[in-house]
Formats: sequence, structure tokens, C-alpha cells
Amino acid sequence: MNASTSSNKSAGRGRRASKPAVYEASPEELLKFYRDMLLVRRFEEKAGQMYGMGLIGGFCHLYIGQEAVCVGVQSALKDGDAVITGYREHGHMMAAGCDPKGVMAELTGRSGGCSRGKGGSMHMFDPAKGFYGGHGIVGAQVSLGTGLAFAAKYKKTDNVAVAYFGDGAANQGQVYESFNMARLWNLPVIYLIENNQYAMGTSVARASSEIELYRRGESFKIPGKQVDGMNVLAVRAAMDEAVAHCRAGKGPMILEMKTYRYRGHSMSDPAKYRTKDEVQKMRAERDPIEQLRELLLDGGHTDEAALKEMDKEVKALVADAAAFATESPEPDAAELYTDVLA
Amino acid sequence: MKQMTIPQAVAEALHQVMAADPAVFLIGEDLAMGGVFGAAKGLKERFGPARVVDTPISETSFLGLGIGAAMSGMKPVVEIMFCDFLGVCFDQLMNQAAKMRFLSGGTVSLPLVIRTTMGAGDGSGAMHSQSNYGLAASVAGLRVACPSNSADAAGLLKTALEGPDPVVIFEHKGLFDVETPADPELPPVPFGKARTLRQGADVTLVAIAAMVPVALAAADHLAKRGIGVEVIDPVTINPLDREAILASVAKTGRFAVLDEGAAFAGVADALVSLVVREAFRSLKAAPAAITPPHTPVPYAPALEAAWLPDAARVEAAILKMMEDV
Ligand SMILES: Cc1ncc(C[n+]2csc(CCOP(=O)(O)OP(=O)(O)O)c2C)c(N)n1
Ligand SMILES: [Mg+2]
Repeated sequence: MNASTSSNKSAGRGRRASKPAVYEASPEELLKFYRDMLLVRRFEEKAGQMYGMGLIGGFCHLYIGQEAVCVGVQSALKDGDAVITGYREHGHMMAAGCDPKGVMAELTGRSGGCSRGKGGSMHMFDPAKGFYGGHGIVGAQVSLGTGLAFAAKYKKTDNVAVAYFGDGAANQGQVYESFNMARLWNLPVIYLIENNQYAMGTSVARASSEIELYRRGESFKIPGKQVDGMNVLAVRAAMDEAVAHCRAGKGPMILEMKTYRYRGHSMSDPAKYRTKDEVQKMRAERDPIEQLRELLLDGGHTDEAALKEMDKEVKALVADAAAFATESPEPDAAELYTDVLA
Repeated sequence: MKQMTIPQAVAEALHQVMAADPAVFLIGEDLAMGGVFGAAKGLKERFGPARVVDTPISETSFLGLGIGAAMSGMKPVVEIMFCDFLGVCFDQLMNQAAKMRFLSGGTVSLPLVIRTTMGAGDGSGAMHSQSNYGLAASVAGLRVACPSNSADAAGLLKTALEGPDPVVIFEHKGLFDVETPADPELPPVPFGKARTLRQGADVTLVAIAAMVPVALAAADHLAKRGIGVEVIDPVTINPLDREAILASVAKTGRFAVLDEGAAFAGVADALVSLVVREAFRSLKAAPAAITPPHTPVPYAPALEAAWLPDAARVEAAILKMMEDV
């Protein structure tokens, strides 16, 4: 379960197991990582509360616990790079700089939502920010992400695409069809596996013959790396390598982020397939925000008071988003017929 | 009679058939925990992991695997969690399952059952709310069932497992919390036998799955205004009980269909076409197809409520038809 234990184990097996590289961040960068992760967490906590209050309906998949992944990944990207993921996407959107108001109002199904209330929690887009969704069918985004990379290469840019998917999605056939084409044509795509150990109620070991998911590209000649996804600096370091690989025209790369979701699969999941202890242990020992907080304080880069102030400011931002999402009017019934075709 | 929900009745029927027939096995995602809607409750504990097979998220291949197993005489019950995910494995459905008997000149039987869920109304969004039984029904070589209550859900499953053909059963999520009476033995329910749920002299109203209670409510209201609505639940879409529908139209002279499926080229259109072609001379008014608009299912509660047909829309359509002399 523990990310570092697993990478030790894999180090003995795979040729490409990661050295525990970490990004050397400036104090400013460290603080930005911290703030970005905090925003994701506070946003998700608020979404959870609003779901409880009946303001959000249907499916709502929270990202709490996995913040280091989307924040570390996004920090390595530049303008024109593309990101695509599944339905657990609120965090990726915060990291991509999408407006929290638009995201929260999409969750409440209001006209101010980034999909004008039509998409809901699982289907949100912000192409202006390089965020291409938000997809409800497990695995579908992997082919789409491959297409985003195809376009980047076709247009002769040095941009990359990041196609995020889960440990569960890693068992969809189209993932492997994509791997093959991406390597065949050396497309600049980073296949970013968020291995949070579970696909709904199914643990990786119960669903995968090869549980070291970073090795899934070997027969396609795609290099892969396993990364401590609870450590934002490790995520960033691995991304720097993968991005350089892609921009240099060497084709795709796989990064397996070992991470963990604290909440149930969606709001309606009582999570009986794992023990409370398992979750508790992860929170206590490996929490990405706590780890960075200690680093910041131990390094003397900030103090408790400043972090508290930052938390207040982030909470205010999220409260604004929640207020907007509650006050934004419901979409007009005529909206049903718009945007079906251009 | 026992009050049961659809998932309870399905689970109970599966207990019965699995105990009686060792060729029956279950395969799908998250079944060991009892299935996400509870339709596999207690099966893993009782029959073990060899017969209740939890899969990776690999719909194309586990449906294909089910088809392969059925070719050699097994009776797989394949669960596709939401019918929207049929998109992932539609080739296996449309090209492999549906054409096997035909292409083998009848030498290969396919006693395969696909259970899936459908329906809007719970804010699940455009990829977890569709009702695409019309898509399956448009493929020759598939049987398609749409139960509207627990007894039918269980009974159709049993009939499907007794037969030699691939059957897709679409269970509507919007009905999962509703208890309906069922004979505890859960007797098989025949395919192609529509059920007339309410007699009426003025309009024939065919309603499918979760639209059945909507149709009954509308019929109640209209009865107070002196309009007799005959409500028919077709139970299966293929085979379709054409005779029951046409006999009713011959009596009432008016026809409406209430269908949560596609507004265009779906089951509603098919039924209107049937009635126009076969009962043209009995019609006193143009038939009505009451469906959602031809758009994806919206998430916003306000839009989703406007998207789903309700009793008021049915009443308006029927009142208009009554004026149309
Ligand atoms: C094609 C398809 N099959 C099944 C589902 C139902 N489903 C939604 S999420 C999920 C689990 C996915 O797990 P994983 O890829 O590990 O991502 P995580 O939820 O852990 O982020 C399943 C089975 C779906 N949405 N689409
Ligand atoms: Mg997962």
C-alpha cells in the first residue's frame, strides 16, 4: 500500500523503476505548490459539503488525497500543452487555473457553470486553459489524449498532451491501442496513471495481472516510471523528465503515480472494501499537503501564521465560488436545445 | 405476493437459477460486493468467485468472453453497469452476439444474457442516463426486454436464461427504489406478450419501463375528464407484441407512445410506423410520440426535469389528439 515500499519492490523487477528524484524548488515555488494543493483540497471539501446539502446531485468524485499529482503535473507544463482526464477532474481544473466559480456552478447545475449546467461533475471543459475534459466513460480520454498529442505534432509545435487515467482505466483495451499508435508515430503524449489503488470497490491486485502499471508500456517500447504521487516534488521531477522526452520528439512516456483517494469512489460509496485504518494511516503518514507543510516550516520558508493566512485566503476563494454556484440562476429550459450541434 | 424492488427480485432470481443450473455464471464489474445496485447480493458468498466473476474495467473483452463461453454451452449473465457503456463493447453486441446464429446457419446457439441499467432522472449526466434499448432493438438477432416492475425483471431474466438467443435486459434505475408485488417463486415471464395495465375506450397508450407509472398517472387524470386511456406495457421490445397493440388501436382509434428512448429513429418512431402501416383505417387522429427532446441528457436538475416526459406532457398530447377530429 505504501508508495515507497512498492517502488522499492519494483526497483528489483523493472529496468525503469524510478530513482527517488525530487524537484529542487525555490521557496516561492514551494509556497505555490502548497497553495495550489490547498485550493484543490478546500474546493473538494466544499463540494462534499454542498453535495451533503443537496446542492449537488448525481455523481460527484472527490480528489482529496491526490492533490500532489495534478499540481505537480500542471507545474511542469507550458502554454499550449493539453490536459485530459476522467470524471474525477475538479482538482485538475483548479491546477489548470480554471475559474473555481465556473467549476462549482457546474456542480450545482447552474447557468454560470463552465458547461452551462449541462455537463455536471463528470463532464467539464476549459479549452482556453488547455483542459479538454472531464469524461464519464472510463478509458475514453486516453484515445482522445493521444489525438491531442497527434495534433500538437501535426502542427509542428513542441507542445505535449497529458492523458490522465486511473488504475482501473488501465485495463481498458483502447489504452493499449493508443500506446501502440503513440509509440509507432512517436506522439508527444504523457500517459499519466493515477494509481490510487482502487477502481470503485476493486483493488489493483484484484483487477490487474501486472500491478506495476508503469511497465504496461514495455511491449510497446514506451518507457515508464513509477513515482511517489504523494510527494509533489517527486511528481514534478518525473514530469520534467517526461516533458523533456516528449518535447525532444522521442515519443510517449508513462508515469505511474502511486497515490490514494481518501474519500469513497463517489459520494454514495461507503468504501467497505478497505479498512478505516488503511485510510487513516495514509492520511497520517503520507498526506501530500502535510508533507509539504513540514518541509516549508522545517526549512524556515514560512511560519504557522503565514500558512494560516494563506488557508484563510484560499477558503475565502472557495466560499466565493460556493456563493456564486448557489446564486447563479438555473439554466433556461431553452438551453436544452442549444449546443447539440453547432 | 411479496413486495420487492427490481434489484432484489433480480438477485433472488439469480440465486434460484444459479442453484438450479451450474451452467449459469455471472460476470461484470464490482459484482463480488453485490453489484453497484445490489442485484448480485449474496451471490458471491453462496456460489463463490468461480461463478460470480469480478472483472477489470474491460467491457469489450468480458462481453466477448461471455459470448465465447455461451457458444460452448455456458449460460453467462454479463452485467454492463450502465447501458451507456454498451458503447464500449457495441461491436461484440452488434457484430458477434447478434449475428452468430445467422452466420453459423443455426449451428451455434447463444444462451447469453446481458443485464444493464438505464434511465435519466437522478442527475447522472449524459453518459450515465441514456435509455438506448432502441439501439439494441434495431440490431437483428438480439432480443430486448424492458421490465417495468420487479416481477417482470426477474421473470424475463429466467425466460432469457431458458432460451437459446442473446437477450439484453434494460433495467431502469428510476424504478430501483420502488417496491412492487412479486410471486416469491418469480415465475418466468414470456417474451412478446404485452400487458394491458388499464382498459380504456379512447386512446391506446404504449409506455415502456419507467414511463409506465407516468402513463398510469396520466390515464388517471384523463379519466376524471372522461377520457379512457388504455395503457399497454410491451414488456419486451423484440419480440414485440404487435397484435396486442394493433387490437387495442382497432378498438380506440387513437395511438400514443411514451418512450424515454430516442426521439428520432427509436422505438417510439417504430411503433408509430407500425400503427400507421397496419391500422391506418382505424385511426381517428394522428398518432403521438411522446419522448424526450433529441438532445443528450442534461445534468442541471431544472433541465433534466424538462427533458424527461411527465404526466402533464402526456395529458397535453392526448387532449390535443382528442380535439383532432
Ligand atoms: C466504460 C466504463 N465502465 C465502467 C464505468 C463505471 N466506473 C466509473 S469509475 C470506475 C472506476 C475507475 O477506477 P480508476 O480508473 O482507478 O479511477 P479512479 O476512480 O480511482 O479515479 C468505474 C468502474 C464507467 N464509467 N465507464
Ligand atoms: Mg483508481
